[in-house]
Amino acid sequence: MSFLDADFWIGVGVTAGVYAIFALGLQLNVGFTGLINLGQAGFMAIGAYAMGMLVVDAGWPLLLALPAAILVAIVAGALVGLPTLRLRADYFGIVTIAFSEIVRYALQNAAFTGGNQGVLGFDGGWREFQAWASNELSPIGLGGTIQLPLLIAVWATLLICLAALTILQRSPWGRVLKAIREDEDAAAALGKNVFAFKLQSLGIAAALAAVAGFFLALNVTYLYPSEFDPSFTFFGYAALILGGFASYGGVVAGAIILCALTEGLRFLDLPLSSSQSGSLRFIIVGLVLIILAMFRPQGLLGSKAEMQLRS
Amino acid sequence: MERRFPFLTANARVAVRLTLVLILVAIVLAVARGPVAVGQTTLNGLVAAGYFSLGAVGLTLVFGSLRIINFAHGDLLTLGAYVTLGISAIGLPFWPAAALAIAATAGIALVLDRIVWEPMRRKRASTLQLFLVAIGLAMVIRYTIQFFAGSQPRSVGQDVLSAIVVGPFHLGALQGLALIVGVAAATLVGLGLAFTPFGKKIRALADDVALAEVSGVDTRRMIRLVWLVAGGLAALAGVLYAAAVGSVNPNFGFLILLSLFTAAVLGGIGNAYGALAGGLIVGLAQEWSTLFFNARWKPVVGFAILIVMLLVMPRGIFGSGRARS
Repeated sequence: MSFLDADFWIGVGVTAGVYAIFALGLQLNVGFTGLINLGQAGFMAIGAYAMGMLVVDAGWPLLLALPAAILVAIVAGALVGLPTLRLRADYFGIVTIAFSEIVRYALQNAAFTGGNQGVLGFDGGWREFQAWASNELSPIGLGGTIQLPLLIAVWATLLICLAALTILQRSPWGRVLKAIREDEDAAAALGKNVFAFKLQSLGIAAALAAVAGFFLALNVTYLYPSEFDPSFTFFGYAALILGGFASYGGVVAGAIILCALTEGLRFLDLPLSSSQSGSLRFIIVGLVLIILAMFRPQGLLGSKAEMQLRS
Repeated sequence: MERRFPFLTANARVAVRLTLVLILVAIVLAVARGPVAVGQTTLNGLVAAGYFSLGAVGLTLVFGSLRIINFAHGDLLTLGAYVTLGISAIGLPFWPAAALAIAATAGIALVLDRIVWEPMRRKRASTLQLFLVAIGLAMVIRYTIQFFAGSQPRSVGQDVLSAIVVGPFHLGALQGLALIVGVAAATLVGLGLAFTPFGKKIRALADDVALAEVSGVDTRRMIRLVWLVAGGLAALAGVLYAAAVGSVNPNFGFLILLSLFTAAVLGGIGNAYGALAGGLIVGLAQEWSTLFFNARWKPVVGFAILIVMLLVMPRGIFGSGRARS
């Protein structure tokens, strides 16, 4: 394959955008609220499956299913958060990862989710739109690349989320979150309802995970449980720490670097089987996590002064 | 109960009560579902308890003494199992190969402490940093195994078909061995922790590092020992899993990691006896659950217990784990 293959890089761009949206939610939780959320893939699964099942089983139009599925993910975030947000940081991490594994097992084994066969046929509305958009793009010479409309949609959504989160972070609401991250008791002493703020942080992260899940589903065209295993969350953390702790722009940069790094491997022409190069991608992500957490925990664009987490 | 067993320590009293409760549950289940089904699932539960208990001991010791929630611990189980299969592929019998694999995994755990965890201690790394390093290590170990061994399941390649049949109960020959080795090893670990000087020091360290240090425990040396014990027992647990299930894949350690967490939290995190007991509860609970639900839901039982315990009884049934940092 040529290094200049447009379809390949559009695919990388879509994947990077999905990871960026996903990890924006992690950044809100970890970087700005001090919540070590390891269950983000679970929220993504809930959002994506809610969308898929509303369209396929309930016959909703896709455009209506998207906001409804975001709502479902937010409710899931609240249900997970209500009993667990008072736990200490490390227990919260374990409980959230257990939650995401329960979601995955449920999707695999429950009667209503299609099990390991997955969910198909939710993207008819999107395919029509994509065909129309490709047609509109062809006069300017961009009609040949099928996934281009998806790339544009992902990155437009990402930029909107990025702008919204940046504005939120500069608001009084965002400052309270940072106060909670740095000293929960002090924030509470100032009359802030720490629990409610944490719950909102988790709910927004769950909504972002759901949005990332939509694009993941549209990209691969079907939903199956193993897409949503905890590795996805760990990739998100790698993007986060690569870009920078407590920096939304950093998350986007981190997602791009991570995807370019793992996808660009195929240009090295290593004498490996496809299973081996798949494994190598995970080994690289693992090494990124270890090395950055050891030597530059604030990431490439983050600042060390922001690294004050509650113990 | 305190008055009835005045000669027992607090831990032992809980253990006695736990045994009574488990027997009671078994009797209730036997009435509801028939003694044969309950006997068979109890037998299967005891086989599983072997690897859950031994896996959880290392997890809890590492957390107690180093405050590390070691997400890579499950992958040490996988490593132990794969090294065993690798060595036995060269021609060594299964159990001698397992002994070598246990030594190798213990050594790797020690090396990882040198190059990763020890620098993190010196930097006084945050909870988040420790999480990320552990997750990264987990991925590196698992996918290095997968890189060389492939992702497809590997049969243990032993005699997995012959079975021991006693009356209505049956157990695979290799499973039977796993049961015997698991019970023997768990008993030895328990006795070793209780009576050897090493065991006492390790427990002191896992209970309170500062207190252990002022009491004259050479903490640096004991931390190395903790990693050796944790790595070695993890490998043994992985071998027992392989023997009990008959085949392994590179993901199995990570998949049962949450059940190991469950066992550690049940026993009170940092309490090594607690982890042994917690593994017994998880093993029995998962197998008994098959009396009511499809066996596919077994792992979910472990996760559910984990969540409930952390929410309701974060200090564990022995009441010694710390709910707060």
